Amino acid sequence: MSLRLTKGGRLIDRSKPLGFRFNGQPMHGFAGDTLASALLGAGQAMVGRSFKYHRPRGIVASGVEEPNALLGLGTGARFEPDQRATTTELFEGATTTSQNHWPSLKFDVGAINDKLYRLFPAGFYYKTFMFPRFAWKHVFEPIVRQSAGLGEVPKDADVDRYEQAYGYCDVLVAGGGVAGLAAALEAGRKGQRVIVLEQTPHWGGRAMVDGGQIDGHDAADWVAAALAELKAMANVSLRNRTMVSGVFDHGYVIGYQRVGDAEPGSDKPRHRLWRIRAGQIVVASGAIERPISFAGNDLPGVMLAGAVRDYIMNWAVAPGQRLVVVTNNDDAYRTALAALDAGLEVAGVVDAREAASGPLIDAVKARGVRVYEGHGIAKVKGRAEVTGVELCRQAGEGTVVMELACDAVAMSGGWSPAVHLWSHCGGKLFWDEAAVMFRPDHARPPTGADGEAMARIVGAADGKLRLCEIMEEFGLGAVADEESAIEPVWLMPARAPDALRFKAFLDYQNDVKVSDVQLAAREGYESVEHTKRYTTLGMATDQGKLSNINGLAILSDALGRPIPATGTTTFRPPYTPISFGAITGEARGELFQPLRRTPIQGWHAARGAHWEPVGQWRRPYCYPRSGEAHGDAVKREILTTREKVGMLDASTLGKIVVKGPDAGRFLDMLYTNLMSTLPVGKCRYGLMCNENGFLMDDGVVVRLSEDSWLCHTTSGGADRIHGWMEDWLQCEWWDWKVYTANLTEQFAQVAVVGPKARAVLEKLGGMDVSKEALPFMTYVEGELGGFRARVFRISFSGELSYEIAVPTSEGLAFWEAVAEAGAEFGITPYGTEALHVMRAEKGFIMIGDETDGTVIPQDLGLGWAISKKKEDYLGKRAQQRSYMTDPDRWKLVGLETLDGSVLPDGVYAVDAGHNANGQRNVQGRVTSTYFSPTLGKGIAMGLVRRGPDRMGEVLDFPGDNGAIHKARIVDPCFYDKEGEKANV
Amino acid sequence: MGMRRYSMFAVAREALRFHAGWERAWKSPEPKSHYDVIVVGAGGHGLATAYYLGKVHGIRNVAVIEKGWLGGGNTGRNTTIIRSNYLQDPSAAIYEKARSLYEDLSQDLNYNVMFSPRGLLMLAQSEHERRGYQRTVYANNLQGIETEWITPQKVKELVPILNIEGPRYPVLGALYQERGGTARHDAVAWGYARGCSAMGMDIIQQCEVTGVRTEGGKVVGIDTTKGAIGCSKLAMVVAGHSSVLAEMAGFRLPIESMALQAWVSEPIKPAIDVVVMANLVHGYMSQSDKGELVIGGGTDGFNNYTQRGSWHHVEETTRALVETFPIISRLKMLRQWGGIVDMTGDRSPILSKTPVENIFVNCGWGTGGFKSIPGSGWAMAELVAKGEPGPLAAEFGLIRFREGRFIDESVAAGVAH
Repeated sequence: MSLRLTKGGRLIDRSKPLGFRFNGQPMHGFAGDTLASALLGAGQAMVGRSFKYHRPRGIVASGVEEPNALLGLGTGARFEPDQRATTTELFEGATTTSQNHWPSLKFDVGAINDKLYRLFPAGFYYKTFMFPRFAWKHVFEPIVRQSAGLGEVPKDADVDRYEQAYGYCDVLVAGGGVAGLAAALEAGRKGQRVIVLEQTPHWGGRAMVDGGQIDGHDAADWVAAALAELKAMANVSLRNRTMVSGVFDHGYVIGYQRVGDAEPGSDKPRHRLWRIRAGQIVVASGAIERPISFAGNDLPGVMLAGAVRDYIMNWAVAPGQRLVVVTNNDDAYRTALAALDAGLEVAGVVDAREAASGPLIDAVKARGVRVYEGHGIAKVKGRAEVTGVELCRQAGEGTVVMELACDAVAMSGGWSPAVHLWSHCGGKLFWDEAAVMFRPDHARPPTGADGEAMARIVGAADGKLRLCEIMEEFGLGAVADEESAIEPVWLMPARAPDALRFKAFLDYQNDVKVSDVQLAAREGYESVEHTKRYTTLGMATDQGKLSNINGLAILSDALGRPIPATGTTTFRPPYTPISFGAITGEARGELFQPLRRTPIQGWHAARGAHWEPVGQWRRPYCYPRSGEAHGDAVKREILTTREKVGMLDASTLGKIVVKGPDAGRFLDMLYTNLMSTLPVGKCRYGLMCNENGFLMDDGVVVRLSEDSWLCHTTSGGADRIHGWMEDWLQCEWWDWKVYTANLTEQFAQVAVVGPKARAVLEKLGGMDVSKEALPFMTYVEGELGGFRARVFRISFSGELSYEIAVPTSEGLAFWEAVAEAGAEFGITPYGTEALHVMRAEKGFIMIGDETDGTVIPQDLGLGWAISKKKEDYLGKRAQQRSYMTDPDRWKLVGLETLDGSVLPDGVYAVDAGHNANGQRNVQGRVTSTYFSPTLGKGIAMGLVRRGPDRMGEVLDFPGDNGAIHKARIVDPCFYDKEGEKANV
Repeated sequence: MGMRRYSMFAVAREALRFHAGWERAWKSPEPKSHYDVIVVGAGGHGLATAYYLGKVHGIRNVAVIEKGWLGGGNTGRNTTIIRSNYLQDPSAAIYEKARSLYEDLSQDLNYNVMFSPRGLLMLAQSEHERRGYQRTVYANNLQGIETEWITPQKVKELVPILNIEGPRYPVLGALYQERGGTARHDAVAWGYARGCSAMGMDIIQQCEVTGVRTEGGKVVGIDTTKGAIGCSKLAMVVAGHSSVLAEMAGFRLPIESMALQAWVSEPIKPAIDVVVMANLVHGYMSQSDKGELVIGGGTDGFNNYTQRGSWHHVEETTRALVETFPIISRLKMLRQWGGIVDMTGDRSPILSKTPVENIFVNCGWGTGGFKSIPGSGWAMAELVAKGEPGPLAAEFGLIRFREGRFIDESVAAGVAH
């Protein structure tokens, strides 16, 4: 039973009470409380149930290491599971719920597991649940899944906002305790750009609670003065509530700032993710106290000694009225003193050391508290709360020598430096036998690109637990109490029997006990990584902050090897969990990815375009009229275009200008065709292959002038192809004089297509677009209808066709001018589907349809586009390999069903028999298939083994539900084979 | 050599004596002077190779040599997805062999690897993807693999937390493999290790290979940090470091190595039963039995051995998943890690003889290693035992790079997983 003390509490403001709810029950705390201190202050010791045994669990810690106090917070679209109560600031109206129990926190059916604990040791599930086979999926696993998992699943989409920001500094200080502040002062005074990040709302770290003197002042006063000086420096920025989440290569640091967490519904972003590039990182992240392993060390009311001190002094909360302190070091005596100062009773200090002395111990004894030297706790008594402890000799097997009545236990197994950030990017550790801790090895720091240390580690994180040690590094004198040496205590009592070891918890949240680690060792899971994974030690939401060192000490002992031979598991980011919202930032919903718009986008939208995503563009698939089905719209668009005239927004087409004295030579390497000989003003259809010879992009190349070419690419390929060009220019042919510029967004492009296309352009006027002046596959630049325009005579539909590029700013006006001029000819806008069908009717290939990364141009009957005159081009050598020249390769053909129906998309042509792996043999497949409104029947393109040699053969294509589609191999060009329509 | 069988009764019996009677899952022997076969690499693939060498081919004088701890490479770092909905015949064959072995693996190994055929979805969010997946369904049906094309409404029924309506990339349907799913990755390595050990094979951990001994173009043994060990055949199964080991034997491999990342959320109650892959936006997610959402990212754009990976991948993939599953925004990332994957030019594996006689190599599984473990081990064991590839491995030889006979899956799955 805990309660709020009437005096003290340096962080709370008693004039500002705050109401909140826990499991529906109204409670109150004060401004400055955490959820944890408020719950303790309201007398709520039990806050949740453990993962596996559903044991009652209370608050253990006061900071990021807390494994138990995870709550559901908020409601509806602001509900969040697994909220750590010790690091969440209390706010008015906070709604909290405990987790992992049914039907209630007090009475939990799952607690039956605790009674049956012996049946559920580490890894029991690897040995069971195997029979009958189906039972794992249908019976056992659903039970496991339902009883595991902690928090409830949010029901609604998050309504809060998140931000991301960048920072740059010479020195980034992670941690705003005295060591961090001293390091910041040092750098700040030198004029370096400094960023200091502190995860809590408060500065000064443990020194604010533990006291001592720095530079002749009380620690708290020194902190205040240091903060004042730092705040006055323009080159220093201080950010509290901001945790360093991870340290990455090259001084890249991710910071996690909790901005509006305590003000739900305000206009502030909830979290802000900082991406900081730091010249040097100073790790000043402090240390984390270790629990001690004794039976019942997980009962609500058993807490870390440092946390007990924090709750008393920071928040004026007493975790109990009558405390027992259990320790292997002097620091815990500070807790006894703090408790006595707060008017609480200390029933005794149980010190596992046989003989320890020093001013702290003397001070406690002087207050009349008995110190039980050489003793340990055999067992904590109580069911859901502490009622007392049984004492035993630490060196023995747990024979109870006496009982102490108490309602809280403060334990300290010593402190472990928080070396996580040092280790994220490769900093190494060493085991300090005397100090009983893993410490950073300064000789093996994380290194930057220059091979020099990119991080420095200071303060308690460096294993310096006493104020005078910490400040010495900064040339500051400090005074702290003398302390006698810590002694390692990994198990209490040292020879605890099974019955005690099965109740001595290492990982509270995951219910890993001393006995589990010993079982893992016995079964051969000897690597610390094996033990971790077998027992789940350290895999809970605290990531082993409390349990790892104790666990690996138990493991080492079980294996009879020294602790450094066992080593630690890998420290991975984030330091504590960070929200997916923060990682996502503003890139959600409409801003998820940039939406690229052509200047004509609005016009399409106003005409009710049905959209198709193409890369980051959205293109009209078709323009259905009111009540018109998509398929009918496509059909209408095609027929109108073929019979009269259509217009297409082709602005998304890639447009890359390649320029320079070596541009021709470069394009000759890039394309299979010869581009250097293309006369100025002419267009040529080009193919691009990768090094393996596979066709990767196509498009019309236009020679604009003596030294510049315009390369059209596919809509989806523009950025990739531009990157591809630059890759070759920058990495391989860096001495070639070539520049490339991706002008895709600088030009709008409109295709005017159909028998009346020329008439439309003539009506626009201003340019001679006759066959003589502008023959097929040529281009001219000039004025068309008052617009500056590049006009290309190219066709992807088989019709008379012009593609006109105008500056993007004039794109919409030009489009509207075309629409107006075309009105009298019955012009229609058409979408991507009509484009696809018309090209298929002509037998033109489409990258991504006829190609899939395994197809070479020779497969597609495009041998004519491969220059025989060139010595080399990308993919040439690859195309000469034996498999590429195999006559059995699948090659492009047209396919027609016998009944005129449309072949399903993606079906395969089967062959007789099965291969050695029992798979049905196949001999071809459909690559594109459409209903052709022009021909009034289904048409398809496909790749078939030796296809062009097999014209007229009928193949079987198994479809859905056992249907076999029969289709005849035909020429892939279904429409205007002689090409007369385009060339008029 | 036997091992005590695991069962619910055995656990109950042991419970009475505080589990004091369990024996080692695998022994920890010193190396002998000579083995018929040495497998280098005690990851899933290496252990499975050894296991099937013994079980199928009766070759039991086998050592599995491991530099670190068994299962500590990519076997213990992946996102545990199992599927066989591949497009090309050779891939489909070996991944389906693996998937079908996974079905019975717990019973075969007497170790619960928790294979959970919870179903796997690949979302189609563009016309291009839709067509690609429909093609895959037709291919799979001819390959004897059960997959189907399902509607957006069926997707929503299977995964209620999935936003099928965009706004940017509405779900057009999905490629669904009902018998795809997940398994417990560590357990796969441990179960195989236990099975190997029970057959009398030696698993030697903390033993790094420092050299490969050959005589007259044939392998005769290896040098290790625990001394020289002779062998008649050598199987290299060391994803992430294949090139390094091959160099010791004097040949080069067409492999690049780079970091691939994964991360998990804090545990929550069951939210998603099915494995969902959203390849267009580069994200995939499932939920572990422990309750964590398991998420995989992309490979780094440059070669490295850091086992860390670049942060921007985390942002890119998390964004994709928050977009796909809007309720996860307020959940938190618990842990992020990386592994080193071997990448070949066609992103398909190598199971092959090598220029050195009696050295065989198994590598290049890229981002698809875990799901293939049993099939890979099966095919590799056959290759090592017979000296020639069987039908499963036949197409995966090194020769294919010389011939241009690639097995390219990029059309079917544009994203790492």
